[in-house]
Amino acid sequence: MSEMISKLQDYFTLPFVQYAMIVGLLIALCSSLLGVTLVLKRFSFIGDGLSHVAFGAMSVAIILGLTNQMLIIMPVTVASAILLLRTGQNTKIKGDAAVAMISVGALALGYMLINIFSKSANVAGDVCSTLFGSISILTLSKFDVWLCIALSTVVIALFVLFYNKIFAVTFDESFSKATGVKSDLYNLLIAIVTAVIIVLAMNLVGSLLISALIIFPALSAMRVFKSFLSVIICSAVISVVCAAAGILISILMSTPAGSTIVTADIVVFLIFWIISLFKRG
Amino acid sequence: MSEKEIQIQCSGCSLGYEGETVVSDINFEVREGDYLCILGENGSGKSTLVKALLGLKSPNSGEIKRSGGVGAGEIGYLPQQTVVQRDFPASVREIVISGCLGKTGLRPFYNAAEKALAVKNMERLGITDLAKRCYRDLSGGQQQRVLLARALCAADKILLLDEPVTGLDPKAQIDLYELISKLNKNGITIIMVSHDINAAVMFASHILHIGGQKQLFFGSKDDYVNSPIGRSFILSEGGDIIE
Ligand SMILES: Nc1ncnc2c1ncn2[C@@H]1O[C@H](COP(=O)(O)OP(=O)(O)OP(=O)(O)O)[C@@H](O)[C@H]1O
Ligand SMILES: [Mg+2]
Repeated sequence: MSEMISKLQDYFTLPFVQYAMIVGLLIALCSSLLGVTLVLKRFSFIGDGLSHVAFGAMSVAIILGLTNQMLIIMPVTVASAILLLRTGQNTKIKGDAAVAMISVGALALGYMLINIFSKSANVAGDVCSTLFGSISILTLSKFDVWLCIALSTVVIALFVLFYNKIFAVTFDESFSKATGVKSDLYNLLIAIVTAVIIVLAMNLVGSLLISALIIFPALSAMRVFKSFLSVIICSAVISVVCAAAGILISILMSTPAGSTIVTADIVVFLIFWIISLFKRG
Repeated sequence: MSEKEIQIQCSGCSLGYEGETVVSDINFEVREGDYLCILGENGSGKSTLVKALLGLKSPNSGEIKRSGGVGAGEIGYLPQQTVVQRDFPASVREIVISGCLGKTGLRPFYNAAEKALAVKNMERLGITDLAKRCYRDLSGGQQQRVLLARALCAADKILLLDEPVTGLDPKAQIDLYELISKLNKNGITIIMVSHDINAAVMFASHILHIGGQKQLFFGSKDDYVNSPIGRSFILSEGGDIIE
């Protein structure tokens, strides 16, 4: 045990481990805040679709050899978020089919492009780490960290300022509209923020596992808690704790960070599920 | 009666989606203190008309005028229930106070007056003791009371209710009808969409009946009961004719 602790202490003197921890916790916090709304609005599929789009965009960025891949990934993902939201509201085009189309399309194109154009010797490894997250998220640059801190602060501030409106739009869109709340605007805000979080989270858990980060804490909290505020707080706590535990374990056992965090989320979900069974009696 | 102020006037309205007309040539007015019941079959355009009255949808032709201190956001609305809401984790208090949101504008949080209004409306509907309970754990009738309290927070002159008793058991239906009727007697104008002809005839002061893409009847309840369309509809629904 003491050996483990001293190993951790050694690691935490290294700046890139500190970076990983800061980024990991912030992303976990942001994704859980929005997760509740996305799950309740039945928007979680949009999160899934967007993560595939982000993968496609990243392949393009890799091929172009950009040093700053965000410049492509961020705008493409945000634009797709807006597009998906629009099609989702259109009754004529089936919303879920549109999402499936865009997301699987982006995945296929991205993979093909990487295979054709990549100069890297280890294409499979590159793809694997964009899909499932790097083996360790220890490759973050100082710029990545600051970008993540800045964007997370914006996301959290927006969430707090618009908390009441987000609640109302999530619970009952037609009522909110009738009382003069600009619900289309808030849906747009939710979609854009989701896109930003997904792009940020791609470094941490990889594009295939992002939905897990968004959905599991929200579902766990919703099983047990009875008010919107407590569900949000609980899901934030679960998400942050799981991210911390996941990152620590992944360092100690050298497991991939992304899937370790998601495993922790699943374990918590099971625990909360059992608690809810007992509570119902 | 007729010296009461007109709150909503709908003249020659035609409503529809993307060029397709759902219902046309709607003419009626709602005065202060009225209890208007909108009758019609499934898909006849009742909810569409409700959206137009709320200002969420503009009519293809004709116009809807709101007056007497009733602006676009000043109609309390009880929507048809959606699937999302049934298992929504939110406390009663959170939902009721969200009715005040139209008043907050750009201010991010509720102020003391809005909190007091929420408390007052929970008392008014007898759900004060449910304030901390979770919405999804309530019975259907209790849920509708919560949504009514929320609607009253948004506006206390006119309430627009879209099939409020759907899915309730008969006892809860009667309770809710009586509650709505009590609110009406306290001076709140009620516009209610309903399938339930018997309740409409029992509680409403005016009836608007739409069907076959047009307006079949508008007038006072007594005239409706004595009209051919009213009689045949009441009989076809297996109701009794109450004079
Ligand atoms: N968003 C929409 N886009 C296109 N058509 C719609 C839309 N909403 C409703 N309609 C159509 O308009 C017609 C009237 O619908 P509406 O919901 O107003 O009926 P309703 O009288 O409220 O029925 P119900 O008793 O089932 O609630 C229906 O034929 C429906 O298919
Ligand atoms: Mg309807």
